[in-house]
Amino acid sequence: MSRFVRSIRHFGSSSFRLDSLVFIEGSAGKVNTASLSAVTAAAQIGKPITALVAGPEGEAIASEVGKINGIDKVLLAKGENYSHYLAEELSPLIKDVLEDSKFTHFITAATSVGKSVLPRVGALVDVQPISDLIKVESENTFVRPIYAGNALATVRSNEKLILASIRASAFAPTPVEGGSSSIEEFTPKSKAETSSEFVSEDLITSERPELGSAKRVVSGGRGLKNKETFEKLIEPLAAKLNAAIGASRVAVDSGFCDNSLQVGQTGKVVAPELYVAVGISGAIQHLAGMKDAKTIVAINKDPEAPIFNIADIGLVADINEAVPELVEKL
Amino acid sequence: MSQKLRILVPIKRVIDFAIKPRINKTNTGVETKGVKFSMNPFCDIALEESIRIKENNKDLVEKIHAASIGPTKAQDILRTALAKGADTTTLVDVGDEEVEPLNVAKILKKIVEKENSNLVILGKQAIDDDSNQTGQMLAGLLNWPQATNASKVQIEGDSVTVVREIDGGSDTLRAKLPMVISTDLRLNEPRYASLPNIMKAKKKPLEKIKASDLDVTIESRLETLKVEEPPQRKAGIKVDSVDELISKLKEIKAI
Repeated sequence: MSRFVRSIRHFGSSSFRLDSLVFIEGSAGKVNTASLSAVTAAAQIGKPITALVAGPEGEAIASEVGKINGIDKVLLAKGENYSHYLAEELSPLIKDVLEDSKFTHFITAATSVGKSVLPRVGALVDVQPISDLIKVESENTFVRPIYAGNALATVRSNEKLILASIRASAFAPTPVEGGSSSIEEFTPKSKAETSSEFVSEDLITSERPELGSAKRVVSGGRGLKNKETFEKLIEPLAAKLNAAIGASRVAVDSGFCDNSLQVGQTGKVVAPELYVAVGISGAIQHLAGMKDAKTIVAINKDPEAPIFNIADIGLVADINEAVPELVEKL
Repeated sequence: MSQKLRILVPIKRVIDFAIKPRINKTNTGVETKGVKFSMNPFCDIALEESIRIKENNKDLVEKIHAASIGPTKAQDILRTALAKGADTTTLVDVGDEEVEPLNVAKILKKIVEKENSNLVILGKQAIDDDSNQTGQMLAGLLNWPQATNASKVQIEGDSVTVVREIDGGSDTLRAKLPMVISTDLRLNEPRYASLPNIMKAKKKPLEKIKASDLDVTIESRLETLKVEEPPQRKAGIKVDSVDELISKLKEIKAI
């Protein structure tokens, strides 16, 4: 049985010494890119950073995390019960860690795990969390989008403990290099009591880069008409540009592609270098998910489509002709 | 023997999803005067799911109770909920005050206790504050299992199986009642309320209370310092051909 060695801290006036805790997700021994963005946000808050890794295969991930410059310490909770990142299991663990060392900040990426876990932790420690922040103004003041990104709210928390999720696309991932921090095992005091169990998962495997962190994204919408055309036009263009594939809600709802590829307020929020919108009109819910892309290209036959209001380069053309031509000439 | 379901559906009144919100003159929020309000789309999906569970399992559902926390006008969306198929409703009238998710969850916990609910189905997020927190907080306060972003819900006895939309695909979780489920867009297609049902809904129960009646003090933990327009993108250009598109992309080093 491993023992958690409690570090001795001095509180008093030197409140700046109190640490930020960052929750790290990983898979297959690798740290998720979104969690590396969470480390960047935590670094901007300016306090020493402790990373929390959980899961039976956490050792490999913890040793990766230890290599990140700027991380003071890595806490590893190895339990089998953390293997699928269930909120019911993670929340009491995080509560124990937060209370054990009196952290001032807890940061997680706004992934599906982060979104599920963070508010539950908030309820357990009686703190109102801040979701999906895109900018750190100071240690207690942050900017977050509301109304599908149509407004930016600057929010100050007056809580002693600040809980926040960060929008990964708004913070560059911290490189895994330059650090050598120690790994300590953490054993929670309490055990979660829950009837929740993980049954199965169905992940979409693709040769294309992951949508959330891709440098280039090619997205298709209503104009693709059906699944066949979507695959025929979007995939070759994405392959040529080494881009991830995205989609509008209509394309997803009409079954052109998988749900997990939806870009928008209710899907993924991306901010790639290049976003190519093919046959997408540009409803506000879609724009919420991509309008921070560096360069936006729109190809649409409707010159009045709202997407042209935000596109850097627009081409009014029939996508059935323009896209194959583009693939050939790239 | 399976227990009867007493479903609670929390619903929120928000600016209609099709309207582009405008920032108010004092930069403290979004202009709400003369703007169309509707039921939050995710709440509509949660309500629809509850009604379908009732329709598909004749004797399983004892009651669907819809609750809203908001201004007096939020009773309009509760009437809509009653017209669609909710049995009873509660409006927690808080005036025009914006209530943070933690407070909402605390109020909902009291309503769960009052209504003896054993299943809460609610939207994954409100399209105004985009927090995506209330369901998870309520589950945490009650120490109930939670399943977020549901795209499929199956109930067998007291066991609930939920397919969830997650990054990269989907997963399936199972838990025992009582539990909290938050709905994703793909769960169902909400129905419209028919005119006869709208008329009938006027006779259904709509209880009006205050947060203090539930012994909850609303205290804001966050302070909104300002609300601003996001930076506008510079006007782009239109090109006439694929060749021109490629040369522009090369020019700005995007490819």
